[in-house]
Amino acid sequence: MKDYDLTKTSIKTFTAAEQEIALSTEDLHVAYGDHEQIKGVTLQFPRYKISAIIGSSGSGKSTYLRSLNRMNDEIQTARVTGKIMYRGLDINRPNIDVFEMRKHIGMVFQRPNPFAKSIYDNITFAPQRHGIKGKQELDQLVETTLQQAGLWNEVKDTLHKSALALSGGQQQRLCIARAVAMKPDILLLDEPASALDPISTSVVEDTLAQLKEHYTLIIVTHNMQQAARISDYTAFFHQGVALEYAATSKIFTKPAIQATDDYVSGHFG
Amino acid sequence: MNVKQQDKLATGVLYTIASLIILVLASLLAFILIQGLPRVTWHFLTTPARSFEAGGGIGIQLFNSFYLLVLAMLISVPLSLGAGIYLSEYAKKNWLTSLIRTSIEILSSLPSVVVGLFGFLIFVIQFKFGFSILSGALVLTVFNLPLLTRNVEESLASISSMQREAGLALGLSRWETVTRIIVPEALPGITTGMILGAGRVFGEAAALIYTAGQSAPALDFTNWNPFYIASPLNPLRPAETLAVHIWKINSEGIMPDAVAVSAGASAVLIIAVLLFNLSARWFGQHLYQKMTSSGKKGA
Ligand SMILES: Nc1ncnc2c1ncn2[C@@H]1O[C@H](COP(=O)(O)OP(=O)(O)OP(=O)(O)O)[C@@H](O)[C@H]1O
Ligand SMILES: [Mg+2]
Repeated sequence: MKDYDLTKTSIKTFTAAEQEIALSTEDLHVAYGDHEQIKGVTLQFPRYKISAIIGSSGSGKSTYLRSLNRMNDEIQTARVTGKIMYRGLDINRPNIDVFEMRKHIGMVFQRPNPFAKSIYDNITFAPQRHGIKGKQELDQLVETTLQQAGLWNEVKDTLHKSALALSGGQQQRLCIARAVAMKPDILLLDEPASALDPISTSVVEDTLAQLKEHYTLIIVTHNMQQAARISDYTAFFHQGVALEYAATSKIFTKPAIQATDDYVSGHFG
Repeated sequence: MNVKQQDKLATGVLYTIASLIILVLASLLAFILIQGLPRVTWHFLTTPARSFEAGGGIGIQLFNSFYLLVLAMLISVPLSLGAGIYLSEYAKKNWLTSLIRTSIEILSSLPSVVVGLFGFLIFVIQFKFGFSILSGALVLTVFNLPLLTRNVEESLASISSMQREAGLALGLSRWETVTRIIVPEALPGITTGMILGAGRVFGEAAALIYTAGQSAPALDFTNWNPFYIASPLNPLRPAETLAVHIWKINSEGIMPDAVAVSAGASAVLIIAVLLFNLSARWFGQHLYQKMTSSGKKGA
């Protein structure tokens, strides 16, 4: 693999007047034990936009994304340092209520992981735990979120059947609906379409494009066409460093960094 | 010999071994049932044993077995759930928890007679519980707890970590995630383990000989006040169980029909243990289907 200069970066920043920022990191480091995998990433994610994170396998995309809602707390060896700013609050501080925070920053994982419950319960489970009780309200929630995830027509007659009986693509859309049902501010998605066939993929992409109206989305993807199709901004990660961050059109047409150019044109490594 | 022949030979050998095992088990079972079943009548199941004359039953022993079982499970089920959930979901990986795990493993392989002597020294002598239901239930807990705990921990550990992440990412607390998502999914495995454990406890003799005692004083089935001395529920009375009774008759029984009583009691014991095993399978499968496919409300 070619050696790229990891100190030469080109990171877009936004002024407050120009763009409201939903979430940002400042000099974020993540280490598993002694191995530092994210080496100081500073990025701003604008509100009501889709930001994509691209980069080769092992470059730290998932590690970075999972830090944003503190899912790395679950990994005993992981240590996250630096700032994660959300609504003027550094949510990487130890005294933050991570469970409350995760209601605002939701996550969809690479592999679909519905609960072993009915489709209906998958969506209503967490909202119920958080205090939404009325049956009408819950019914309404199930219908809207399934529609938003493009799954309603396929499952509206089998809402009380097991979610495990759905296909992989349907399960993933259910997981998106489940995350959306929490009405989060920000939705983190780790390669949400990587296990899907082309048709399901395009349904999911349409879904994401619609969700952008109400949510801020940050999506990790291996699929560069997908990043180009749906995202407004794109960050390119390499060996734990964000080398370039800019408007997606710029990343794919005239990137500022050689490594980005090589990666998006397929001459990488 | 070519690969195909080798394959055939190996398959043949395995089939032979398997059928041998099944044959031994089946004939054992058939022997016990054929010997014992003729003796098993309603009268036999409900009357007290007799020491010197023929015609005694196993009523009190049968009741004792079930009562001890219930008490032992009442203590060990919550404890094993708590310990298993802690080990699987909360314990950090460090020397202390690995020490706990190793101890549980060692404890679960202790011979029951050793556990029985330990119980005798601690519960009967030290705590002065005497030969009693209480001592018996406690010793059965010591005997059963390690296995139940491991079963709970393993059942929970077999649930994918993606399920935990799914719960936590929805802002659920760890406790809610564990109790509402992980435990229900692991419940079939946990229940199966509990029922199998109950079967083991029900058939246990060695651990009880010096703890629950070898005598079955007459019970007054009209008085259920646990503090009354002859009450069936009194936890401080000695209580010979079915398994201990069988051992006792065979080692020192002097009633004229000792062989028949022992055979009848053995048949009852075997049927009970079989029922535990079969119901464990059925219940496990049934629960699994219920947990995964029904439209049950999640609250
Ligand atoms: N739980 C963990 N413990 C230790 N090391 C880990 C852990 N998770 C990831 N890593 C390491 O961190 C590095 C970055 O992994 P990460 O999963 O973030 O990469 P990625 O960019 O998401 O790759 P992919 O595109 O294959 O998903 C890898 O070298 C990986 O081996
Ligand atoms: Mg990844």
